Amino acid sequence: MQIIQLEGTEDTPKVMLDKAKGIYEVSGRSLPEDAAEFYAPILNWLTEYAGQSNPSTEFVIKLEYFNTASSKLILDVLSKLEDVKGSKVVWYYYEDDEDMQEAGEEFSELVDVPFEFKTY
Amino acid sequence: MALVTYLFKQKPMKYIYEIQKIMSSKNLMLVYEGEFTQEITKSVLSMTERNLESIGEESGIKRKVFNVMVECLQNICKHADTFEASREEKGAVFMIGREEGSYVITSGNFIGNSHIEGLKKKLEHINSLDKEGLKGYYKELIKSSELSEKGGAGLGFVDIARKSGQKLDFDFEKVSDEYSFFSFKTKISKDSE
Repeated sequence: MQIIQLEGTEDTPKVMLDKAKGIYEVSGRSLPEDAAEFYAPILNWLTEYAGQSNPSTEFVIKLEYFNTASSKLILDVLSKLEDVKGSKVVWYYYEDDEDMQEAGEEFSELVDVPFEFKTY
Repeated sequence: MALVTYLFKQKPMKYIYEIQKIMSSKNLMLVYEGEFTQEITKSVLSMTERNLESIGEESGIKRKVFNVMVECLQNICKHADTFEASREEKGAVFMIGREEGSYVITSGNFIGNSHIEGLKKKLEHINSLDKEGLKGYYKELIKSSELSEKGGAGLGFVDIARKSGQKLDFDFEKVSDEYSFFSFKTKISKDSE
């Protein structure tokens, strides 16, 4: 499968989706004005991946900030993971960032995918 | 900065001093007036971020200020994209300042009078909810609303209410039969943590 590798910018996250290496990660800042446009290739990739996924998939989300436009798309990404057998979300938050911790907990209540919470 | 350009054409030496006095007495860290785009949003964010860093602000407060700023600025951008008005009414203003024990983020933009009712209802509904109510409403919106490019569901306002832990403070001032000026203020209290 094709690899998606995007460097992070001031307003978009770093993205790494590599089936062969088993790396699935979105990290940094997600504040694009048009979040739908930014996340479209990621959603497409996950749709394709769901049909041929590795036995286990640890999807890492390690965001410092995300805007509300991104939050809907993050939910879409997480919903895609419901179709990936053996998937799990690893939600990182900065140790004193209660808002980011709560955001992760809320997402975990909205989708049927196991979450693991880690601080950094 | 349309406002500053305008004032300079009048009496430069006098007005720059007036502006300095206002900004200093109100403890304003940054004021921007003019067109709002994603590029401007990024610049305003990075300037404020550097400013907060240089005064050694605590990371939790910095994050809240940053989050609220993002939603305010992007609300204005989205509104400007769809707002059919003359150049003058397209201008908007954003500022951030310090008051005792808190940061105050204020924005103002023109809005068509016909849209006031809907916006007011949305904001008043948000203000009627407590912490748990806001959480539930947020989850409801994020689940149900199809992503509109305008972010019309008001998710940004709900997020601002949640992050600040305060009621939304807003006002509409009628400027003509067609338009009003919408002002919106958020306080981030330093001891909200």
